[in-house]
Amino acid sequence: MNAAEKMTVRARGLSKRFPNKVALDHADFDIPAGRIVGLIGPNGAGKTTALKAILGLTQFEGELDVLGFDPRTQRDELMEQVCFIADVAVLPRWIRVREVIDFVAGVHPRFDRAKCERFIANTQLKPAMRVREMSKGMIVQLHLAVVMSIDARLLVLDEPTLGLDILYRKQFYQRLLEDYFDENKTILVTTHQVEEIEHILTDVMFIRDGKIVLNSEMENLADRYTEVMLSSDHLDAARALKPVDERSLPFGKVVMLFDGVERGRLENFGETRTPGLADLFVATMKGTYA
Amino acid sequence: MNTNTFPILLRREYWENKGGFFWAPIVAAGLFLVLTMMAIVVGEVAANKAAAAGKLRIDGEVMINGLDLSKVTSNMKPEDAQHLSGGVDLSLIMASTWPFLVLGFVVFFYCLGALYDERKDRSVLFWKSLPVSDSETVWSKVASATVVAPLLTLAAGLAAMFAFLLIVSLVVLIHSGNPVQLLWGPGSPLQVAGILIASLPVSAVWALPTVGWLLLCSAWARSKPFLWAVLIPVFAGLLVSWFDLMQSFEMQTFWFWKNIVARALLSVFPGTWVDVAQFVNVDVEGPKDVMKLFSLKSMYSTFLTANIWIGAAAGVAMILAAVRIRRWRDDS
Repeated sequence: MNAAEKMTVRARGLSKRFPNKVALDHADFDIPAGRIVGLIGPNGAGKTTALKAILGLTQFEGELDVLGFDPRTQRDELMEQVCFIADVAVLPRWIRVREVIDFVAGVHPRFDRAKCERFIANTQLKPAMRVREMSKGMIVQLHLAVVMSIDARLLVLDEPTLGLDILYRKQFYQRLLEDYFDENKTILVTTHQVEEIEHILTDVMFIRDGKIVLNSEMENLADRYTEVMLSSDHLDAARALKPVDERSLPFGKVVMLFDGVERGRLENFGETRTPGLADLFVATMKGTYA
Repeated sequence: MNTNTFPILLRREYWENKGGFFWAPIVAAGLFLVLTMMAIVVGEVAANKAAAAGKLRIDGEVMINGLDLSKVTSNMKPEDAQHLSGGVDLSLIMASTWPFLVLGFVVFFYCLGALYDERKDRSVLFWKSLPVSDSETVWSKVASATVVAPLLTLAAGLAAMFAFLLIVSLVVLIHSGNPVQLLWGPGSPLQVAGILIASLPVSAVWALPTVGWLLLCSAWARSKPFLWAVLIPVFAGLLVSWFDLMQSFEMQTFWFWKNIVARALLSVFPGTWVDVAQFVNVDVEGPKDVMKLFSLKSMYSTFLTANIWIGAAAGVAMILAAVRIRRWRDDS
């Protein structure tokens, strides 16, 4: 392992209990530098709690190392290297565009003001505009412009595009990829809109009931998982290979999802393909709300 | 950590609270001046009517009567001249009082909202995404409440004072009096201004327990910080009163209300410290002794009392608690 692959986040036995609920249950994971990692899970699975722990916003048990800092005791140092957008509309409503820029420029040593003003110039935002006069999409444009002008090593995004229309959502991730991301940066993102970020992720983690149930590079998913569409004649033979999921389609067709079964063996049963992240998610999370 | 962040934190507070910090004292000063002018107009009209009806008599004793003010100063006894001097200074202090009274309310509600509103609208998540420690943030709010807002109020108060002096001078001139002889000579506007400036440090240290208590409630309350902030001390006061009534408690009810309840809630209001200041050798016999009351020595004697320092220590302790709560509060 060379220096470039130094871990951005390293968690061991990360746990957090609320009075009525276990939010994180001995979660272990590593996030290397230069990745775009999707943290995906159903509502209440512990995504936001995990992010809050990484950002030093909440107490937790276990070991957590973020860029060499302990978020509990070294938060002030850590925040020079970490940025986050905690869903839309957390910018204070009274603030003006130029005040946001002045403030961040005043407190953040790694903020590039000229860059930010250039980003802003490409939008409909005006310096004197207040957040309360903006649409949700414009607020996110402003927040993104600020965050992308900060040379941080870790960017945490918690449902950053919630409530935005598809134009803003596409633009959001496009901007991140084109103008921000490089091999020294790490992006950790949670979202429910799995399909939209699928193609930009390099890694994916599924979280369920406070545990990491899947942690894989996107490339490896194709090697590991196969989806087969088969007609009723091969059902028993296919079931013998222990599919992780099975669902019926109209006209008696059945789709099965296999984990770690050689694709060549499955091709005999029917048409094979690599499952989408959404299918994989649904299969993995089956019974969560039951 | 960035060491030059404090000024920008203060500017941030100013941006958010421009209405309270900047406009409120100006409006208060303006209102005072408008009311003053209205009163003058009413007086003029009444005086004219009275003169027309032949009811007005001029002698050396009555001040605001009108027609020829030059007679007033020329007939004045030395004793009266001293009263005039004190009276002018007192009216100058009154002129600057309005913005300071408003300041009390502004600071009270500013502190109450300072750490609550950001949680309510979740903008705390934005502030916390930047490399500013909770300690810096909270102390910038303390400084805004005890230094920035009072300085802006002072500017408005002084402006009101001099504007008042000009308006009254104009009235004196209209009535062929000599404003220098009648107002600017006997009055000491610069000294009054100096006293107001010198009072700021006393007020700032004195305000700490209230600032601390309100910030603590602001950081801690899940909802309705105003109710918690007011009800807890008042309820405690009522409990003490009740126990006292039952005579099972060796505590003075009045002492508790004055030194705990009032200090926690009312110390941001201007001049609430005069009660503990030592007015040595002051016999107030009339307006002429006004400036003795407001002497530097009397004001700064407040710093020699245990009251102000115990209060300040309690205030700082509550501010530190608010910092800690802001650091770990996790409900947004």
